[in-house]
Amino acid sequence: MTFSPQLEARFEKLLKIYPPGRQRSAMIPMLLYGQDEVGSVSDELIEEVAKRIGVTPLQVNEVLSYYSMLHRKPLGKHHVQVCTNISCLLTGGDKLWEQACEKLGIGHKEVSADGQISLEEVECIGACSWAPAIQVNYDFYHKVTPEQLDRLLDGLKKNV
Amino acid sequence: MADPVKLTINGQEIQAAPGTLVIDAAKQAGIEVPAFCYYEGLSLQAACRMCLVEIEKTPKLQTACTVPVAEGMVVRTETQQVHTARKYMLEYLLTNHPLDCPVCDKGGECELQDMTFRYGVGESRFTEEKVHTPEKQFSPVVFFDAPRCILCYRCVRICDEGMGVTALGVINRGVVSEIAPNKGDHLECDECGACIDICPVGALTSGAYRYKTRPWEMTHVGTICTHCADGCKTTLGTRNDQIIRGNNRDRSGINGEFLCIKGRYGFDFYDHPDRLQAPLVRRNGKLEEVSWSQALTAVASKFNEALGRSGSFGVIGSNHTTNEENFYLQKFAREVLKTNHIDHHRTGDVVTLLDALSGKQDKLATVADLYERQAILVIGADLATEHPLLSFQIRANYRHHKAHIYVVTPAAVREDKYATAKIRGRDYASLRDQLKAEPELVILFDDSVKGDDVRKLVEFGESLGIPVKYVPLVDYSNSRGAVDMGLTPELLPGYQISGQPGMHVHEMLDADLDVLWVIGANPFKGGGQRKARFLVVQDMFLTDTAQQADVVLPAASAYEKNGSVTNVTGEVQRLKRGINTMGAKPDLEIMGFIAREMGVAAALGPWVPDVVFEQIRKIVRGYQVPLPVVATGGAAQTMPLNGRIPVPGRPDLIRSDHNGLFDSGTLGRYSRVLHSVVESRSNRQ
Amino acid sequence: MYNEPSPLETRILSRRFGKPNSASIDTYLADDGYKAFLKASRMKPEEIIEEVKISNLRGRGGAGFPTGMKWSFVPRNSPKPKYIVVNADESEPGTCKDRLLMEYDPHQLIEGCLIAGLSVDAHAGYIYVRGEYRYLIDILDKALAEAYDKGWLGKNIQGSGFDFDLYTHTGAGAYECGEESALLESLEGKRGVPRIRPPFPAVVGAFQCPTILNNVETYCAVPAIIRDGGKAFADLGVPKAGGTKLTCLTGHINKPGVYELKLGFPVMKMIEEVGGGMRNGKKLKAFIPGGSSCPVLTAAECEGATMDYDSMASRKSMLGSGGVVVMDEDTCMVKVALRIIRFYAHESCGWCIPCREGTTWLRKLLTRFHQGQGTRSDIDLIGDVSRNMLGRTFCPLGDAASLPTTSIVEKFRHEFEDHLNGKPCPYEHAGQMVTV
Repeated sequence: MTFSPQLEARFEKLLKIYPPGRQRSAMIPMLLYGQDEVGSVSDELIEEVAKRIGVTPLQVNEVLSYYSMLHRKPLGKHHVQVCTNISCLLTGGDKLWEQACEKLGIGHKEVSADGQISLEEVECIGACSWAPAIQVNYDFYHKVTPEQLDRLLDGLKKNV
Repeated sequence: MADPVKLTINGQEIQAAPGTLVIDAAKQAGIEVPAFCYYEGLSLQAACRMCLVEIEKTPKLQTACTVPVAEGMVVRTETQQVHTARKYMLEYLLTNHPLDCPVCDKGGECELQDMTFRYGVGESRFTEEKVHTPEKQFSPVVFFDAPRCILCYRCVRICDEGMGVTALGVINRGVVSEIAPNKGDHLECDECGACIDICPVGALTSGAYRYKTRPWEMTHVGTICTHCADGCKTTLGTRNDQIIRGNNRDRSGINGEFLCIKGRYGFDFYDHPDRLQAPLVRRNGKLEEVSWSQALTAVASKFNEALGRSGSFGVIGSNHTTNEENFYLQKFAREVLKTNHIDHHRTGDVVTLLDALSGKQDKLATVADLYERQAILVIGADLATEHPLLSFQIRANYRHHKAHIYVVTPAAVREDKYATAKIRGRDYASLRDQLKAEPELVILFDDSVKGDDVRKLVEFGESLGIPVKYVPLVDYSNSRGAVDMGLTPELLPGYQISGQPGMHVHEMLDADLDVLWVIGANPFKGGGQRKARFLVVQDMFLTDTAQQADVVLPAASAYEKNGSVTNVTGEVQRLKRGINTMGAKPDLEIMGFIAREMGVAAALGPWVPDVVFEQIRKIVRGYQVPLPVVATGGAAQTMPLNGRIPVPGRPDLIRSDHNGLFDSGTLGRYSRVLHSVVESRSNRQ
Repeated sequence: MYNEPSPLETRILSRRFGKPNSASIDTYLADDGYKAFLKASRMKPEEIIEEVKISNLRGRGGAGFPTGMKWSFVPRNSPKPKYIVVNADESEPGTCKDRLLMEYDPHQLIEGCLIAGLSVDAHAGYIYVRGEYRYLIDILDKALAEAYDKGWLGKNIQGSGFDFDLYTHTGAGAYECGEESALLESLEGKRGVPRIRPPFPAVVGAFQCPTILNNVETYCAVPAIIRDGGKAFADLGVPKAGGTKLTCLTGHINKPGVYELKLGFPVMKMIEEVGGGMRNGKKLKAFIPGGSSCPVLTAAECEGATMDYDSMASRKSMLGSGGVVVMDEDTCMVKVALRIIRFYAHESCGWCIPCREGTTWLRKLLTRFHQGQGTRSDIDLIGDVSRNMLGRTFCPLGDAASLPTTSIVEKFRHEFEDHLNGKPCPYEHAGQMVTV
């Protein structure tokens, strides 16, 4: 499996920073960074990571299925994550979630028909004092109002 | 050994070795602390929380499975607080567990049922929807019903730690965590079924057993597996003369709870449609079914006729028949048929080893030694496939005792993973310095070491200056017993020199014999035309050899007879009849009937296994084993070491079949389970 | 800046927040940066640990274990390598403070790690950052590169003879990895399932070696402690807990934000003066002192309470992680209980029975109840099912799920009863969901 030179460099570094014989430590970072580039944790990516760190694909599967940010199915180009945990709930996060579902016509962990936008109701993302918060891929949006969400989603759709 | 630790459990003062876990200390004192995930010999989980107990000076309840005993510790396992914890732990467990006990294979011997009965609440307050996922088939042998799984991880651990296969894992998290097989939707493993047996509930069930019976409808018969030479105890669950399952949940026998696919499921050759259930006699060139009396008459009259004119007899015995049968057979051949043309298929050079070790004491290792001795050297064999019990023992030894394992094999083997040193090829001598530094050693070698090479190996072992024991690897359930009982022309029972000329298997096949009598062997496997004028075959199936016979006598399998067999480490154990198959008779009985029909029965004595065994104990050197041990299902090591055995070594006659996990000579060819595994693999490719 | 600072703050750890280029090493060096390390490099390891003990610094991740004592458990003379691990898996609902410490002042964290390394003879460390904080990994990686460049990491740091390597390591979405032993498993490339303890990480930690594992804020407090002395830090707080606490004000409050307050800061003053009072002039109904794992306090219980370990313990709650959640009179506490338990059911690792089954049962039960299909007996059942987890699970996640739920059922039972009468939710129309 071939990766971009940047990702290859990242993998190379990851395989060096853990003590000798502990290359398995690189598994989760490799899967997450790999997913960012590949779009999902594909069978091929599992095989490749397993090979590079010297474990079985089952061992990779055990780990990846544990972590909620690792996805076997491809996400949209823009992965919209709406937090509805306590601080966001108190400030309207759940309403934003409903709004997003309605506007995009998709639900939790679903991808729009064109494959461009996916939606996920997420647990606390660490933006509680600036709630309600949304993350699109790794970008935070704080104190999001319904109007801002509308504009944000419109922008994502256009940006497609 | 360090001084025992004194502690109090439920007011009872007890002592336990330092490091003992509270759960085990309690057990030793006769106090049960319930647990699902704790399993002796496997790594600790502390996941099921059933073993929570009160320990004084500790505010919270503690898991008895993780806390070691300490001096002056005060433990309470039967307080209100503990009872409440257990009760509600079971209530939690049952929230998502389907209550399909009436149709669950495990019903009646389910640990969750038992615990609920003993410690649980009578009714559930859970009224929500249960998590459900459909049942999956992981392999021909292994089925998985996720909703029943309580996630104790016993299966994952036995596969990883016990078997060294690591074919099972856990995926997802939280309430949807699930056991998963190594190949995505299916398993590729030893198919040993250990995961199924160790499952405390009915989550893992076996393709061979599922939905066949309720456990209490079976009779349980402990006997010895008839496939390889390791001699595992297998407990047959039988009903109406059918074997429904094999397992060893009582962990008796030299194998503890270990069994491979053959011991657990490979019994199913016994009711193969091709199983012979009536004697056959050749008439007009065709084998036709006849009655037993007709067949016996045909054989006896032919034998008598040939004897009367001093005709030539050849006898080929088996690696699977019992010691009693082998002993009786060689006696029959030598005393009645007056022939020394008697042999069997030899699979390991036991004779040269015993000769090379003559005059020495305590040189033969037992199966237990492989778990207990501090260093092991494996030469040649891929133990994990050819001798799975021995491999299991060594793995457990490494896991529990950090034993040093040395591997000298032509190709990669499972032992490589935990080997102190591994050498590809045959150069064990290069390990000399390392081995000399070991406190003791067990050497296992296969048929790649025979004849003078055995002498060289013994010379090497004895020059290390440490106690060394040996295991000459042989193939089949009674390969060892066949040599011990004198099924060779050069040796009488107990390695006494016969002093008479006699033909070997291949010579007999090529010779112009009047009668060739083949018992439980298939020398014409894969081709060859009989030369003997009269061929009698005793077998379970119409083998290549039987097809050429004049008379075929349907033989009982090991599961259908009593007697004893001697395993690869020379340990003699008792076979116990589990079932009867209509039409087939034990070989001993067949031989007895032939003798009676010939009018020579008195000379040979009763054909009763116990009586013959008594003769063996008296006559066969090394077999003076304590009867109570054998009679009660134990294993007694035979020690045939004596003086020199000055017979010409015939390494050319020694050839191991190197059977893997899924083949086992003739028996393997008729086992549907072994076939189904091989087929399912080739179908996927 | 995410929020305006408050004059009531005592800005020790956050002193560089909002400064231009606050994350750069030049800014840091110009503002006393790495001076504490230089001082520590001339101290004996025991002296460093002693200073931390004097400071009364307690773990800022939530459990509040005395940091100096934790460090003293590490067998310095073990032949095994020792490791420094930073818990930057900030995931406790209501908590968003470590984010700022790493975003604004990564070198303070690096310096804290260096000093920890000196104290136990560790030469490598890992900052385990939750996967969602990707931008912080970029910031940290840049800061680490600067530190290597300028000789504050690597071999023979500033001629001290001390070698130290520090790396970032990303998580991938699992609250449970905030639990120290689960974090270590995750760091080793495994499922984030906690380990059996003892042994504790101080003895058997990362890669089976002795390890100091602390929260970001804990490490960030160390440079100030060494620089200004443990006593000065201790004096900022209350008798058994020294220093300040980064407090995240969230919920129905006028000025939500992260504020650095002295330990022992009065709760009502914090709400009224630091947080600008209740939003829309509503009345306070419920208060979570430090993340959703803490038992909920009623408005009455907040009177006279201060933000420190003892005051909260005396009210049968906990100071926790600093994630304060303020709820006004219109809040539906059944819905709050449901949302909290949904979180724990989602995050339960599944290892042990009571947590795995208990949280899921409660999630289903509370969902049904909040939808108006509850019965009177369900109220007791909710309390029972959560109480039965308490103290019996493999790790503290079970307690974290049990405590808030139990407290809500006990203290707001009448709201559950209201749900039986005013089906489905009598609070749904009360307008509590007005957004900012």
